[in-house]
Amino acid sequence: MVDGWDIVILAIKGLVVLALLALAPMIFVLAERKILGRIQARVGPNRVGPRGYLQTFADAMKLGAKEDLIPPGGDKLIFWLAPLFMAVPAATSLSVLPIGPEVEIGRTIGLWVTDLNVGVLLILAMGSLAAYGPVMSGWSSNSKYAHFGALRSSAQVISYEISLGLAVLAVLMYAGSFSLVDIVNSQKQMWHIVPQILGFFIFAASAVAETNRPPFDLPEAETEIVAGYHVEYSGMRWAMFFLAEYANMFVASMLVTILYLGGWNGWTIPGLEGIMGVMWTLLKAFFFIFVYFWLRAVLPRLRYDQLMGFCWKILLPAGVLNLFLVAILRTIWS
Amino acid sequence: MSDLACTWLGLMATIFGLGTVLLRSPVHSALSLVMVVFHVAGLFVLMGAGFLAALQVIVYAGAIIVLFLFTMMLLNLEQHDNEPHMHRYQKWLGFPLGGALLIEATWIALAQANPSETLLGKYSPERLSELGGTAFGIADAMFTSYLLPFEVAGVLLLAASVAALSLARKPDEDIMKAMPDMVSDAAGSMTQPSVQESKLNQSPTERGDNH
Repeated sequence: MVDGWDIVILAIKGLVVLALLALAPMIFVLAERKILGRIQARVGPNRVGPRGYLQTFADAMKLGAKEDLIPPGGDKLIFWLAPLFMAVPAATSLSVLPIGPEVEIGRTIGLWVTDLNVGVLLILAMGSLAAYGPVMSGWSSNSKYAHFGALRSSAQVISYEISLGLAVLAVLMYAGSFSLVDIVNSQKQMWHIVPQILGFFIFAASAVAETNRPPFDLPEAETEIVAGYHVEYSGMRWAMFFLAEYANMFVASMLVTILYLGGWNGWTIPGLEGIMGVMWTLLKAFFFIFVYFWLRAVLPRLRYDQLMGFCWKILLPAGVLNLFLVAILRTIWS
Repeated sequence: MSDLACTWLGLMATIFGLGTVLLRSPVHSALSLVMVVFHVAGLFVLMGAGFLAALQVIVYAGAIIVLFLFTMMLLNLEQHDNEPHMHRYQKWLGFPLGGALLIEATWIALAQANPSETLLGKYSPERLSELGGTAFGIADAMFTSYLLPFEVAGVLLLAASVAALSLARKPDEDIMKAMPDMVSDAAGSMTQPSVQESKLNQSPTERGDNH
């Protein structure tokens, strides 16, 4: 069954994921700075290239040319490994995200790298590994700011994982499968956001917290602990933390799209299902990335006790309630 | 191909397992344990049990060992603190007990003509695909034959977490006993307004116009 073309197609898909991992953050950073600028009534980057579009490429070159500092007194091996523990799970999660339906180009090709029958669980597993990067970098940096950032990050990621998992569980009950492709296909009639609007908000809030983005960016709160767990990093190692953060944002946005907003389901032109599907998926995902920037611009950072209280006292009971309601709905409607 | 992957994963799991036991720094040991968990998850994938692999990574790597690391960082265990604090009999009992386990496992594996089939019990690959996958197989076992142990384990874990909470709350109560004012503040039952309260209740003119 496996012939040369299958291997070529798989290699192309793999390259697309790697390109996404490297290029998407560059575009997102520029978009973020431009949008933040607009919201805060200023221009944003506008010097490098036409209207500042080449700013992130200039930044990337600067980061590549910077000296790679390793703080004395820390643990060098773990300091060296920590950025990898950030970037590799992010790239792995990207590989199971379907961005479009199956298309016919000589043969039937699914627009995903691999359709695992435990796709959702793989992404949750990779998300739970996101705690290691901050913990390892914070511990090995031999710096009290990094240490505080790591402690905050691990507590935050472990807590919000639970409410995230509860929200995902309700979706799985509806779809009856762990495969992301099956979950999208189960939303042909109705998107999951309709019966699970509560679960949608729980998932969205937990996803923002899981990616350590404002207003939940306590681990890298620059006004309190400088830059948190990656304060001692420089150059390309720091860039890997940055890359992982934006890749995780992309994964979270895609996941919201796939789990709640019907993935590639939407209005299509007959014959162009593939292109329209990809367009719908990316449009929905990009909207959520915009929401990330929006939240950063308009909301102040939470206090640490508020952050923990929000998870354990609001999201967790709401998640259980959501699960309960969805179970009842599922029983009535089926 | 799958034999090669199996050998590689088993070899790496063993090497990192030795690292977990032998490395001096507790943080290095914990990270070796993470790698053991990954490689064992890889073995599960090779056996077609992707669900188990994902659960292994989520539960062990994602929650338990992160908590180990969290605790080590919180207590800030230093590298020079590597004096062996083991129990007097630990060293002498460890080898015979470990050896006994190894002999038992080897004996079970060798005694069967087709060990994998016997060890699988009633969940053979055919039965699993009939049920719809590993996830369904685990659910089938957990909610039929092992329902009671499963529920008892749940109650046990709940009791443990309640116990942990009550232990963690102890110092708070001691502080409250020592300072009765704080208790009334925290409970919100004000018999008489405290200093801050009376300040807040003043009218703007009484506070003065110094803002």
